[in-house]
Amino acid sequence: MFPILSLIIFIPIVAGVALLFFDAENKVAIRTVALMTAFVVLALSAASYWGYLQSLETVSNDLTTLEQSGDAGYATAMFKRQLALEEYYEWLPGLGIAYHVGVDGLSAPMVLLTGMVCVTGVLISWRIEEQLREFMSFFLFLVAGVYGVFVSIDLFLLFFFYELALFPMYILIAGWGWVQLRQYAAMKLTIYILVGSVFALIGVIAMVIVANSFFTSPDGMVLFQSAIANGILPESANPFSFNIVQLMLAAEGGAFNVAGYAGIETLTFAKLWFPFIFIGFGVLAGIFPFHNWSPDGHVAAPTAVSMIHAGVLMKLGAFAALRVGVQLLPSGAHVHLPWIIFLTLINVVLGAFIAFRQRDFKYVIGFSSVSHMGLVSMGWASMNMLGMVGAGMQMFSHGAMTALFFGCVGMVYDRAHTRDIPSLGGFIQKMPLVGLAFIVGGLTSMGMPGFSGFIAEYPIFMGLFQASETITLTIGSFTLSNYYSVVALIAVIGIIITAAYVLRVTHQVFFGKFNAELYPDVGNIRWTDRIILLLLAVPLLVIGLYPNIMAPMVEIGLRPVLAILGG
Amino acid sequence: MFTVPILGIDYLTFLILAPGLAGLLLLLLPNNDNLLRAVALAASTAIGAYAVFLFYAYVGQAGNLNGGYLFEVSYPWFSPIGANWHLGIDGISAAMILLTGILVPLSVLVSFEIHEGVKMHMALLLFFEIGLFGVFASLDLVIFFLFYELSLVPIFFLIKEWGGANRQYASTKFFLYSMGGTLGMLLATQLIGWSMSLTELGVPSFDIVQITQYFPALREGQTLLGQPVEVIKALAFTGFFIAFCIKVPVWPFHTWLPDAHSEAPTAGSMLLAGVMLKLGAYGFLRLVIPFFPDVWVRPLSFFGVGNFNAATIFAVLAMLGIVLGAFAAFAQTDIKRLVAYSSVNHMGFVALGLAVTAYWYGRSYTEGVTNPELLQSAIIATNGAVMQMFNHGLSSAGMFLLAGAIYHKTHTRDLTQYGGFWVKAPIYGAIFIFTSMASLGLPGLNGFIGEFLVVRGAFSVFTWITVISMLGLLFTGAYILKGIRAVLHGPFNMHWKDYDLEIDRRELIAIAPLMVLMLVTGLVPNWILTTINESVTRMLSGLL
Repeated sequence: MFPILSLIIFIPIVAGVALLFFDAENKVAIRTVALMTAFVVLALSAASYWGYLQSLETVSNDLTTLEQSGDAGYATAMFKRQLALEEYYEWLPGLGIAYHVGVDGLSAPMVLLTGMVCVTGVLISWRIEEQLREFMSFFLFLVAGVYGVFVSIDLFLLFFFYELALFPMYILIAGWGWVQLRQYAAMKLTIYILVGSVFALIGVIAMVIVANSFFTSPDGMVLFQSAIANGILPESANPFSFNIVQLMLAAEGGAFNVAGYAGIETLTFAKLWFPFIFIGFGVLAGIFPFHNWSPDGHVAAPTAVSMIHAGVLMKLGAFAALRVGVQLLPSGAHVHLPWIIFLTLINVVLGAFIAFRQRDFKYVIGFSSVSHMGLVSMGWASMNMLGMVGAGMQMFSHGAMTALFFGCVGMVYDRAHTRDIPSLGGFIQKMPLVGLAFIVGGLTSMGMPGFSGFIAEYPIFMGLFQASETITLTIGSFTLSNYYSVVALIAVIGIIITAAYVLRVTHQVFFGKFNAELYPDVGNIRWTDRIILLLLAVPLLVIGLYPNIMAPMVEIGLRPVLAILGG
Repeated sequence: MFTVPILGIDYLTFLILAPGLAGLLLLLLPNNDNLLRAVALAASTAIGAYAVFLFYAYVGQAGNLNGGYLFEVSYPWFSPIGANWHLGIDGISAAMILLTGILVPLSVLVSFEIHEGVKMHMALLLFFEIGLFGVFASLDLVIFFLFYELSLVPIFFLIKEWGGANRQYASTKFFLYSMGGTLGMLLATQLIGWSMSLTELGVPSFDIVQITQYFPALREGQTLLGQPVEVIKALAFTGFFIAFCIKVPVWPFHTWLPDAHSEAPTAGSMLLAGVMLKLGAYGFLRLVIPFFPDVWVRPLSFFGVGNFNAATIFAVLAMLGIVLGAFAAFAQTDIKRLVAYSSVNHMGFVALGLAVTAYWYGRSYTEGVTNPELLQSAIIATNGAVMQMFNHGLSSAGMFLLAGAIYHKTHTRDLTQYGGFWVKAPIYGAIFIFTSMASLGLPGLNGFIGEFLVVRGAFSVFTWITVISMLGLLFTGAYILKGIRAVLHGPFNMHWKDYDLEIDRRELIAIAPLMVLMLVTGLVPNWILTTINESVTRMLSGLL
């Protein structure tokens, strides 16, 4: 089989290394190579997305068959069935670590998104003069790391790429960022994310150990053997393994639900570790109160990095929180998500409020990301199909939208040399396409029907209402029920404020009177910028007008998760 | 059923896509204003011709139609939530599509007077048409909502960029009002879609046909969100009611309208008054009345005082709109605001007709009332409401065109500055009087047909309310005559003696089709009324 995913990961790495051997002054060659690499990767990503889209119906039917069979371990079998383009090579067999990659319905859109942001990131960095060679090289490493996380089916590999993405990120911000803030922001961001991921990593190692003892027990052994016989696990599977499929099997077999964990009567593994893993990854998704790194990081970063950062990297957190947290510890999710939703609510409303109060153009977008990513976590917290499909769609929609926003901000800043909103104005006369793209992004972010934001938010709210009937929160003797609908109604306030700040910023930056004296060198945009705007704005409209180009795929990706959640 | 596709696309999808493609084409053309104008006019005329074709195709097929909708298509659109790309039209939507198709090319023609940002202006007019066609053709709640909201965006920018002096305020007010109004509707669509799983259907659904069939049957005893189903219904009803009341506009939700209409560029006002207001009335007819028959007639009281229901309240609001709208129009000194308030006044008759529809539909649904006389009244009133929608579309577009024409030449909208224009502009004067008379409801012209039917139908149901509304009609006459007097008669204001005030040839071409339609509809209303009547009768007597 054509190793399309490995190519997607390794082409940027190889190109990035090769770039370091180029002559630093030969900027044309550097740009060309970086752009070619990005286009190849985008083409491969689009091909994998398209290929998955073609197989949807077969996969869907098979999933239904598996679901109805109700055999032991059927959710795991469903997960395994919907993986595509799988590659499996032993890496450290003694430690249960393998190079195991594949895409599923949830990650295929993310892979496509990464490809889009990669191309646009290279294009928007076209005019970087200072150490272009190193910049492009690190940027490609970053892209490779991001891809790696989305396609890893092995938790060790996932962490490997997760940290691999962090390292170039730090250098890119600290080296090429906004001078006034870059040292501080890069450090803050790295520490936040590292600490979060350390918690998650410890949780994962503990999980692997528990799963190991489960698979060596008589009950677990039966499950393990039959999974190997059915081809769900590879022939050479080791009970001690980081394979997500295998850990999911353990979860489904009840390995993480044994009471008396750590010697406490009522405690299970899932109950204890779920918050660490979910919030540990959630840090990268900007979950309150650990969102503080993100606006600073976005603002300090050079435009390309802001785009990939808000556009894709934050999704890594949400994606990993679902894949590792909810999918592997479903019983923990049932206990903890009912209170975590309050954190996400604060994200949505507070993020929008703070964005409304900003004077700095880039901070507005930075805080709007916090607000919108809150909707993703909120969708996960609904624990039903509607809410989660919405969250999955929101990941893609917000990714493209926020990358578009940062692209527009960068284009304005490059020409005006200021991001102070009140002193800008009338820019649509000078750069009409940027204004138009910003309006498209703005309409998406306020959830206007016909744009992808609506497609994402509509099911999220519907899912919350639906979850309201079943989910209750119990703390001691205190029980709260039917509060998800209230949460949804409060979150709507966030949407209204979003509409308000989007209108305000659009009005103040793009409309009104243009001050030609203050901004003499503002001219129209270049061809590179046009490609960026088109590449990011068109998907927003396409999904908004025809959601079935993506939604059923996300739904398929979520079916195993819901099967194991029992929702 | 029609199955012949155009370019592999079914009839109605093509109708919705065509303006979008034309708009995109415009954006790609070079910045040559005359070329852009010509292409926009040609494209919108072709689309208009297609709308006329669809209307007559509907008329030709309607006889074979045995309930349901024509040109129906349904594709999976957003499968996880169960929304489909479900389109179809009946006589009412066919009439509205016809109206839209006619008005858009005329407003494009009028927009030739725009000199700045021609490309964007024309493209926005065409994008606006997508939303209008989409609402009238959709049979799925999510699609309906999508187009309903989407239509706001182009008109917002049309007002904001090409409007009058106070355009920023007007456009923002308009946008926030409409967006805020639809938030409740958004939640209502979700509640309805989801509560469909409690009905016989058993699964969540957004299909308007299915909701009409199953949703009203939800009765006591079931709960959703821990609330009894009546509460849910009342909430959903309120959400829809307010959203559509804002759009129609029904008093007291009309305050956005005078600002938006008077500040909008001429083409924007024409489409805003001509078609966009009808989206609200259409929403009542297609969604609110069929979905909530029991809510409309549920007995209400004000802290134990009185005994009324939502239909009566609606009728009273309609009456207030008629009377107060006429008073307000009378008090204006700005010609566009005068015409704008006349819309409140005229749309009040639509609302009154709809109140009768709701009242009858609700009572026949809940109590099984089969009084043929009452049914007759309801059918007449509903026909009147739809006719009035169509007629107001023609006459308000015509009035705004004329107001724009005079504004374009004098650059003032102040009525006190006008006077005696008939001397300088006899053709304009004649057209102005003709259109005003159509708007006034002079027998023989179109306005009379709709208003007469509404009054005739409403009289036996809401007698006193109708009587007071008739008094409002008197004031309608007053403000229209005031407008005519201020513009055409009286001493000539010498300030304008060197101005060419006569109507342009282009404007004349634009208003001619409207005048023909006004006259034809006034004399032979059956060319469209039979089509409307057939669908209305089916809707109202289907329950017998």
